[in-house]
Amino acid sequence: MLSVHNLTVSLGNRMILRDLSFDVDTGDTLAIIGPNGSGKTVLLKVLLGLIPYEGAIVWSPGTRLGYVPQKIAADRQMPLLVRDLLEAKARFLRLPSGAIDLASGEVGLTPDLMKAGIGVISGGQFQKVLIAYALLGEPNVLLFDEPTASLDEMEEERIYELLEHLQNKQKLTILVVSHDLSVVFRSANMVLCLSKGRPCFGPPREILTPERLEATYSMPHKYYQHSQSHQGKC
Amino acid sequence: MMHSDQIYSIVLALLFAVAAGLVGSFALMKRMLLAGDVISHLALPGLGLAFLLGWNPLLGGACSLFAGTLLIAQLQKKSGLSADAMIGVVFAGSLAIGAALTPEEDLVDALFGKFQQLSFLTFSAGLIAVLLIILFVFRFREQLVLSLFSPELAAATGVKLNRLNLCFLLVFSLTVLVGLRFMGALLAGALIMVPSTIGRRLSSNLSGFLLASSLASVTAVALGFVLSLYLFRGVSLGPATTMVATALFGLSLLRKPSQA
Repeated sequence: MLSVHNLTVSLGNRMILRDLSFDVDTGDTLAIIGPNGSGKTVLLKVLLGLIPYEGAIVWSPGTRLGYVPQKIAADRQMPLLVRDLLEAKARFLRLPSGAIDLASGEVGLTPDLMKAGIGVISGGQFQKVLIAYALLGEPNVLLFDEPTASLDEMEEERIYELLEHLQNKQKLTILVVSHDLSVVFRSANMVLCLSKGRPCFGPPREILTPERLEATYSMPHKYYQHSQSHQGKC
Repeated sequence: MMHSDQIYSIVLALLFAVAAGLVGSFALMKRMLLAGDVISHLALPGLGLAFLLGWNPLLGGACSLFAGTLLIAQLQKKSGLSADAMIGVVFAGSLAIGAALTPEEDLVDALFGKFQQLSFLTFSAGLIAVLLIILFVFRFREQLVLSLFSPELAAATGVKLNRLNLCFLLVFSLTVLVGLRFMGALLAGALIMVPSTIGRRLSSNLSGFLLASSLASVTAVALGFVLSLYLFRGVSLGPATTMVATALFGLSLLRKPSQA
């Protein structure tokens, strides 16, 4: 689905990513972890084609990307209803009528929520709206930046359930940036950890060891050893 | 009985009002409303030069306004500072150059404008400009909304942000330029600024916002005409329209703020 080879990204004089290589197969959930400033969000933006880079990024033919940004990056003061926002994308991309109902139904946006202003809905509802936005145009890859940041536990749980539902039903490939290692334990089958040292890439049981996490985050990490049969938590 | 060139003026002013209401609505969401007032001053060096050399003042104004707009866009890209910071720098320079160039006896006209009746040719040029502005807003409405909501999401969706921002700035300047004729350099931005604030107070969704802003703008110009032509003949259209618009904003305060 995606092959990244010797990816190097600099912003100004600062090198953010250096010689990064990894592959993602169709249907994978890749968790991208690492401390603040390690380049997780930059990597997503590079994969979206928003930032120049050196090296090779090759997506399979027919890849359609959906992007769910950190919700902090959106202006919620605008006089927009949820439906206005979804309609703006649907019209811009000339999507067939019915695309909005399909995407909003998939995420579980109620008719009342569709008529609500984007400034008055809760953080969890807004995150769902952003997911519905990403699903418009029927992407086969979702790039997800901090899906549960600043959500309470109930809302967090609903977003995870939604992600798992989407992946099972639509066979989406998901790339998720997260601070929250429980996301990684719960749903990722591959992990990419970015840090100032050497980046590491592999299945969770190989990557999420105390030594690796300590090297990545430069501090000891409390966690339980993950195994395929036990969905451990941090 | 109205003269035909007065009718031209009224028709063009009302269409301009629609354009200003629409552009103002996006300028309000872009948080660059005050730029409407400031950007009109970019016309001053050209106006001054035209007065000095005996050219058509509006042509001079147009040239320096568009040169200033492009300069702002370039400086914004080069300096990495925000649009309003660059507008501030170019505005201060323009005002200074304009004031230095303009002969003293023409300065008041340049700043406050002079109501002129329109020839068919000028009407046609104004009509084309106004229709272009309205067409741009409707053609690029979705892209503007996405870019204002979240630039990075818009870029990821395929919106060409740099090109869109430059086009919006040019359309914004064109709106101010058409406004120069009716409102004068100091009030040319008023119809971009005030009606959109009324629209925002009275609406909670995008279509309602655009409609309410345009209606408020048209109402201000229509009542402004009535005031300046029939009730207070000494007051020209710019100040009359702006006073009506401001009064309408005052009235809009009677309604509770929208929840959305």
